[in-house]
Amino acid sequence: MPGSVSGLIVLFPLAGWLINGLAGGRLPARAAAMIGSASVGLAFVVSVVSILDPRVWQDGITTRLFTWIDAGEFTVEASLLMDPLSALMALLVSGVSFLIHVYSAGYMAGDPAQSRYFAYLNLFVASMLLLVLAGNLVVMFVGWELVGLCSYLLIGFWFERERAANAGRKAFVVNRIGDAGFLLGILLLAVTVNSLDFVNLSASAESIAVPVATAATLLLFVGATGKSAQLPLYVWLPDAMEGPTPVSALIHAATMVTAGVYMIARLQALFFRAEVTLSVIAAVGALTAFFAATVALVEHDLKRVLAYSTISQLGYMFLAMGVAAAPVGMFHLTTHAFFKALLFLAAGSVMHAMHDVIDMRRLGGLARPMRWTALGFLIGAAALAGFPLTSGFFSKDLILERAFAHAEGGLTLLLWIAGVLTAFVTALYITRAAILTFAPPPSHQDHPHEAPPTMTWPMAALAALALGGGILGAQAAGAPLLHALDAFFHVEESGAAKSVPALALTIVSATAALLGILAGFGLYRGRRDVSLGALGNLFRRQWFVEDLYEVVIVEPSKRLAHFLAGTVDLQIIDGTVNGVAAGFKRSSAALRRVQTGYVRNYAAVVLAGTVLLLGYWLTR
Amino acid sequence: MIIPAQYYLTISAVLFTLGMVGVLVRRNALVIFMSIELMLNSVNLTFVTFARQLAAIEGQVAVFFVVVIAAVEVVVGLAIIIAIFRTRSTVDIDDVDLLRG
Amino acid sequence: MEFVVFVVAAAGALAGGVGVIASRTPVRSALSLLLVLGNLAVMYLLLSAQFIAALQVIVYAGAIVVLFLFVIMLLHMRTGEGRVEKLRWQRPVSYVLSGVFLSALLWAIWTGTGTQVATSPAGFGTVESVGRSLFTTFLLPFEIASVVLLVGIIAAVVVGRPVVPPSARAHLPPPE
Repeated sequence: MPGSVSGLIVLFPLAGWLINGLAGGRLPARAAAMIGSASVGLAFVVSVVSILDPRVWQDGITTRLFTWIDAGEFTVEASLLMDPLSALMALLVSGVSFLIHVYSAGYMAGDPAQSRYFAYLNLFVASMLLLVLAGNLVVMFVGWELVGLCSYLLIGFWFERERAANAGRKAFVVNRIGDAGFLLGILLLAVTVNSLDFVNLSASAESIAVPVATAATLLLFVGATGKSAQLPLYVWLPDAMEGPTPVSALIHAATMVTAGVYMIARLQALFFRAEVTLSVIAAVGALTAFFAATVALVEHDLKRVLAYSTISQLGYMFLAMGVAAAPVGMFHLTTHAFFKALLFLAAGSVMHAMHDVIDMRRLGGLARPMRWTALGFLIGAAALAGFPLTSGFFSKDLILERAFAHAEGGLTLLLWIAGVLTAFVTALYITRAAILTFAPPPSHQDHPHEAPPTMTWPMAALAALALGGGILGAQAAGAPLLHALDAFFHVEESGAAKSVPALALTIVSATAALLGILAGFGLYRGRRDVSLGALGNLFRRQWFVEDLYEVVIVEPSKRLAHFLAGTVDLQIIDGTVNGVAAGFKRSSAALRRVQTGYVRNYAAVVLAGTVLLLGYWLTR
Repeated sequence: MIIPAQYYLTISAVLFTLGMVGVLVRRNALVIFMSIELMLNSVNLTFVTFARQLAAIEGQVAVFFVVVIAAVEVVVGLAIIIAIFRTRSTVDIDDVDLLRG
Repeated sequence: MEFVVFVVAAAGALAGGVGVIASRTPVRSALSLLLVLGNLAVMYLLLSAQFIAALQVIVYAGAIVVLFLFVIMLLHMRTGEGRVEKLRWQRPVSYVLSGVFLSALLWAIWTGTGTQVATSPAGFGTVESVGRSLFTTFLLPFEIASVVLLVGIIAAVVVGRPVVPPSARAHLPPPE
């Protein structure tokens, strides 16, 4: 029964969550780590086995678990869908998760709440796999909300730190805004199309009216901006770095934040119906990519640099989606998962060695004592910067190529220009981060040492993927991944798009990356930091986005809350309640005089009542 | 001459009202009790009158039950009056106002 | 002849009724009540309710009024009312309400229909006819009435028992 295999993928981490969550407190810490890693490892193995089924590559396998909602003509099945797209995501999620679980075993060693940590992490993996394997939007929404919950739980994992708890709350609230849009989009589709099944939606996309498709896709995109941290809902992701670093690597770099990109790829046919939405997506993606890259240039916190870098790279993916190049976007999603997870793990290793110091102004000179970590970081940085022949180079180059091909001159060319500029800034900021962290001179008195093997081996595996992942999409190597995705998305050729000077474009983007690296060396080599003048200030203030939030949302909300608490609650609501109570008190004080205690009075009242009744009966 | 039912009913109504006035005006618990008996008897007269008028024996059966219950009521009521008298040395019901609100 | 008897009985009953509520001493009230009960018994006879008439004389006049008199004796002189009327409005309000009530009743009686008294069948109101009805149709209520009587007796015993303070109990002789 190959149909049930995709259920098993979700089931293993879920079992791990149950065991760790229920019995974890009584197990030794190592056992919790073992169970957590093993369950995800099994999920990865099942994923590998399941893609061997040729049906996955034809129409996909739909597994119907049970009928969830059955309301007249509208039904929702609890179903899982295994096709090339979800297979790629399932492999990616379970594989990267497995490496990060192993890494966590070393990173979290000594933490008293390890079983809780692995329980959350397993629940996250289960939810994420449910999200990617979902057969319809409702099941996807369940996974979508669950990963949001896990994100909240893991960001606030060290909830005794106020900043971590606040960051968790912020992530939750901001995500909720996006989720509201997502839910509205789902409901709109349910009402108009009467089906939420992905296969049905893709098949009937042509018959959906364009305004409906536009409205629905825009709403869904709002959800994507929340989950994938795009402008203007990105604000939670940098703060999410308060969580444990492996969590940042897994959730806030490699997997969960890509859910928005995945969702758009999943509903590709629907999004194709809405030209406006695609333009919006491309614009938001390009803008976010450039914006976040500039902010990353001036952050002092190594993890926050990587967070902004993630936002920026997600912007690339949305740009790809917006220019109707979903296979390329998914390719970049894959390579990004490798090298960004690697960068985060290396940063975690630095934190581990430096006793949680993450401010780059207090690092430096770490290349010598932490050779493997530094090597890993460099490989990740090269891939991120788009250094030729690394994985990031291929995927980013393809995105820029498609953006150029999509452009019809004028404003649309701006997308490509923004992309190239971002490539330059990306190379610049990651070079800065690498130099400040690893190059001499050290700015600390510590004596760091290399991380344990449980941490270095996952980094090594990811480094290999970050270096070699390009062959999945490199023309020279046959681009197996791209071909599979092209077939799935019914696109002719992602690698060599029509009438584009591909070589010239590649040279341009490679030059931008190399220039960025060189500029980084020139600016930061041997120095601690560079202020960048007025531009730097602008970047540091995040282009005033946070200030805008403060003025437009936070302050009015505070004032509204103050008004509600002080005036509405204290005076109107409490006043009503107290007034009712006072009214009863006063009226009962008046009424208690009726209770004279004299039997004869009562008798007289009874008589009065009798007379009234008699009068009523007689005059009726 | 056959006496019309109204005559009996009139006597009954007047007796009932007298008993009511007694309950409302007098303060001696014993007298109030007797007034209640007066009211019960006026109702009995009504029952008997209607039994006769409708030639239905059930009216008289009802009177029988009223008499039985009245006997019980008097026994218990007088016991209560004696109990009150023991504790408060009075049978003036205006002195018994413990239920004042 | 029947009408004369009725008039005399009615006059006696009304006089007794006034006497019950207007007498100064409870003893006079009790005796007035006796007058009412006796005259009502006569009326029952006029209404061919011989059994009820006998019941009236035996139970009401014989038992209940005697019980009243016993209690009055028991409480002897201290059964009067206090001089001060605490409820100033009680008396006038009572008179007015009662007056309205009586008017309403009388109006209802004298404007109502069905004034004709049917001729009673032979043996109507005898012990036999009432007894037959009691022991056939109303057997269950009759039995319940006996239980109510029993409950009343027990209640009277319990309520009327002198309260013995717990401290005094120690001096009682121990139970055999």
